[in-house]
Amino acid sequence: MRYLPKSDAERAAMLAEIGARSINDLFSVIPEEYRVRRDLDVPRQQAESEIISYFKAAGQKNATDYASFLGAGAYRHYRPVIIDSLVQRGEFLTSYTPYQAEITQGTLQAIFEFQTMIAELTGMDVANASMYDGSTGAAEAVLMAMRVTGRQKAVIARTVHPEYREVIATYLKHRDLPTSEVGYLSATGRVDLEALEAVVTDETACVLIQSPNFFGVIEDIPAIAEIAHKKGALLAVSIAEAVSLGVVRPPVEADIVSMEAQSFGVALSYGGPFCGVIAAKEQYLRQMPGRLAGQTVDADGNRGFVLTLSTREQHIRREKATSNICTNQALVALMATIFLTVYGKEGMRELAEQNLAKAHYASKTFSSMSGVTQLFTESPRFHEFVLQTDEAPAMWQKRLLEEKIVGGVELCRWYPELENATLWCATEVMPREVMDAAAKVLAAGLVEA
Amino acid sequence: MAYPTNYRYTKEHEWIVLDGKIGTIGITDYAQNSLGDIVYVDAPKVGDGVTANQTFGSVESVKAVSDLFSPVTGTVTEVNETLKNEPDKINAAPHETWIIKVELSDPAEWDGLLEAAAYEAFIAEETGS
Amino acid sequence: MATETIERKTLGKVRPHQTQNEGLVFEKSSPGKKAYKLPPLDVPAVDVASALGAAHRQEPAALPELSEIEIIRHFTRLSTWNYAIDLGMYPLGSCTMKYNPRVNEFVARIEGLAEAHPYRPEAQAQGILEVIDLLQKCLIEITGMDTITLQPAAGAHGEFTGILLARAWHESQGNPRKKILIPDSAHGTNPATAAICGYQVENLKSNAEGGIDLEALERQVDEETAALMLTNPSTIGVFESQIHRIADILHAKGALLYMDGANMNALVGKARPGDFGVDVMHLNLHKTFSTPHGGGGPGSGPVACKKFLEPFLPTPVLYTKEDGTKHWDYNRPQSVGRVRAFYGNTGMFIRALAYILANGPDGLRQTTEDAVLNANYVRKKLEDLYELPYKTPSMHEVVFSDKRQAAKGIKTGDIAKRLIDYGFHPYTVSFPLIVPGALMIEPTESESREELDLFIDAMRSIAKEVEESPELVKSAPHSTRVSRLDEVTAARKPVLRWRA
Repeated sequence: MRYLPKSDAERAAMLAEIGARSINDLFSVIPEEYRVRRDLDVPRQQAESEIISYFKAAGQKNATDYASFLGAGAYRHYRPVIIDSLVQRGEFLTSYTPYQAEITQGTLQAIFEFQTMIAELTGMDVANASMYDGSTGAAEAVLMAMRVTGRQKAVIARTVHPEYREVIATYLKHRDLPTSEVGYLSATGRVDLEALEAVVTDETACVLIQSPNFFGVIEDIPAIAEIAHKKGALLAVSIAEAVSLGVVRPPVEADIVSMEAQSFGVALSYGGPFCGVIAAKEQYLRQMPGRLAGQTVDADGNRGFVLTLSTREQHIRREKATSNICTNQALVALMATIFLTVYGKEGMRELAEQNLAKAHYASKTFSSMSGVTQLFTESPRFHEFVLQTDEAPAMWQKRLLEEKIVGGVELCRWYPELENATLWCATEVMPREVMDAAAKVLAAGLVEA
Repeated sequence: MAYPTNYRYTKEHEWIVLDGKIGTIGITDYAQNSLGDIVYVDAPKVGDGVTANQTFGSVESVKAVSDLFSPVTGTVTEVNETLKNEPDKINAAPHETWIIKVELSDPAEWDGLLEAAAYEAFIAEETGS
Repeated sequence: MATETIERKTLGKVRPHQTQNEGLVFEKSSPGKKAYKLPPLDVPAVDVASALGAAHRQEPAALPELSEIEIIRHFTRLSTWNYAIDLGMYPLGSCTMKYNPRVNEFVARIEGLAEAHPYRPEAQAQGILEVIDLLQKCLIEITGMDTITLQPAAGAHGEFTGILLARAWHESQGNPRKKILIPDSAHGTNPATAAICGYQVENLKSNAEGGIDLEALERQVDEETAALMLTNPSTIGVFESQIHRIADILHAKGALLYMDGANMNALVGKARPGDFGVDVMHLNLHKTFSTPHGGGGPGSGPVACKKFLEPFLPTPVLYTKEDGTKHWDYNRPQSVGRVRAFYGNTGMFIRALAYILANGPDGLRQTTEDAVLNANYVRKKLEDLYELPYKTPSMHEVVFSDKRQAAKGIKTGDIAKRLIDYGFHPYTVSFPLIVPGALMIEPTESESREELDLFIDAMRSIAKEVEESPELVKSAPHSTRVSRLDEVTAARKPVLRWRA
């Protein structure tokens, strides 16, 4: 086996030094009846070239040459080449969690830089070293708000990503923590503020919204914050499209921000690994889940970094910990850090503006076709928009696929009231020709119908 | 370090000294010593109730958390705010640095607490010395 | 010019080498520098202020501005301050720091896999679904369980999912039950998980051999016990030889046996949890199946279970139609719900499957045997100098205590720091909690005899230093870029971000 650095002679010599007759002596503590006496039924050992062929074939079966208008919580942005060059350095790739600070300063300083950038972007005081993803991060944000306020009820906007809401429900329901949902206005696609006002009470720990929300609409954060804060509840804002922060005002009125940073240079990878992160106002730091890197000095007065405030965490506080989370997404957070360094202050704005322009062009072009209506046009949006078609989406989806284009995601599976509605996304990598071609396909079908 | 004889102690290593109905509570030298450098004190708010033998907060070092157990039942009347920024005062002067003051609802609880000599005997047993 | 004699001394496998100073990325920034170039916009630009109105960001975030070469140098310099598996033995017990094969990284980046959007139509995603299906089948076979979900993002997330499965099953029997039993030797994630699943944690004291005390177990298991969370081999690297009795005691009271699969590297190809009574367990793809730790993630924590728990698996569940095509089933009325958006850390699935394919059944077995051989070799070569608190046979890791060295005022943490000077990453310090002053050593199969011997020499040399020059050990490390860091100040006055 090519990964194993021993010859059979060395194995025999080592066994002799241990005083064992055979390797199976070392497994004799496993009761006889439970020992596997056969080969496991897994594929035979393969050469590296065979492994590559297998996965290449799988990749090709996946149909690579399709253009796509899919977004909905996973976004395709250009990934600068140096991201993969740098994260594949063995010193980053094959290092463990930086508990031994003296020999993990590289990872620690990179995390510190990540925390700083996330805090800058979100308008929060502090950010953690990352969470699994945006969905679990949102659930952790709700639990954090409950610890901060000592209250046990959460109000969650229906415009939060439906799968995020499902995850939050899973985290809460087994502990009998009640949640209520607040709907959206059909004209704006924004949280219904009157309904929100009615549902937030003195027992509400937090209001969780997403902005830009699942429909791509930017929520009225100051107004929502006021409603939450009036009752002593916190405002938690989930951000699924981090690139939006290049042009969209950060949610400075929020108490907690939970963000999915996948857009910052992380491959789609069929949904993971992504990179969640929680940022918050400084006064809530002690209730934050996950790892934190902090600055300090060494015995000689040099600047250095350590994991800090770890008494919040499971390895010390066990059942009283703020969360059971152990790993963060360090390598993915590093990708995001490099991405943000590549684009920098000006580039993030320019990038976000390009996304905005592409989506505006796409929505305008599509909705000018007869039989296609854009919803929620009254509200500001980032790079996603909702179309309602006279024709059932299955019909035009099929025609688009023939042109090697994947259209928007159908919404009725999560929003039964939004019949024939689809959610579209156009990022900076979407060429104009594809948008024009897709519009033609949409229109063509409508003529036939 | 000497354990003041006008104080009373718990087996969870808190001390209390009484002034009328007001009890002043901190942690012992033994407690701060076994915890090491204290970095954070989590104390209740003024007006909160505390119950004898129940936790009312915690003290943290870099790698350990120790729950604080109240020696008595009552209501918190004062919290030592200086510990927010200078938790290390507990390390420097554990028996002079108080954490909370409590108005006792049952002053008789005082009598059930350990006197200095009994507490010192208890920690001697704990450490096996 | 005055010249100094510079000592170039080799210690173990290392000698001090040059490391470069590097500030924070923000300190290297200057306005106007760029490392990006966007293509010209092929659609009309939008007046952002009027499009966004009040939602328009006025002040750009204070991100650094650097050129590409500076970014490459910055992160490359940072990387050189890390120790890594690629540099040498990384014997962190419980973490299974094995070699991370490079072909894994290569195949995870194949365009058709890396660029797949999670909502693409299933017909366009058959390739990745087949990869997921094959990995599921392999993991089911390796664990001897009946079914699996790959959705959990990490080990602790897998524990969460597994305990929710147990809870949902108990609920379906009419009572979710109240408590989870956890041995005192367990990882901290176990009690934290039980708590976030709404259970009380009941501690189970280990017996004199560091294993489960069957009498105590029998006493503590009752009709309100939902499950026992057991790590097997345990955190002291010992196989619970009474495992069948443990399962029987639990099952007699209707409680389930949950296995923390952190130590699966001791069992793959040699014994299967599904055969010895485990009802539900998680795996760590980043431990046993070689996906990289990446400085603390991403992980992946699949949960395998017996048939009776299948209805409760998180949605969606992968299934195969008669025509052989793969699809997601969202209609799972008894499911515990989703634990994560989309389907899990798919990029890690690809890597883990590449590892299994590279090994095959014979390679997987040999891997386990070598891991156990290495741990026993280290044990044999160090047991005369370091106290072995439990004499029970070791599997893939060995746990010593600092008892003899502590008598000289040197603790496990000091020995660990001194090990750095010899060119090794420390072992796991002060865990498990049942061993005071623990040194938990897991060499993994990836170490050659030469590297093991260097490690053993280093440990023996340190033991001697403890006797002869304890101060040297106490103030270690001496060869690193920074010396011991002030963790107390870091915690008292947290500085968690840079400010201009």
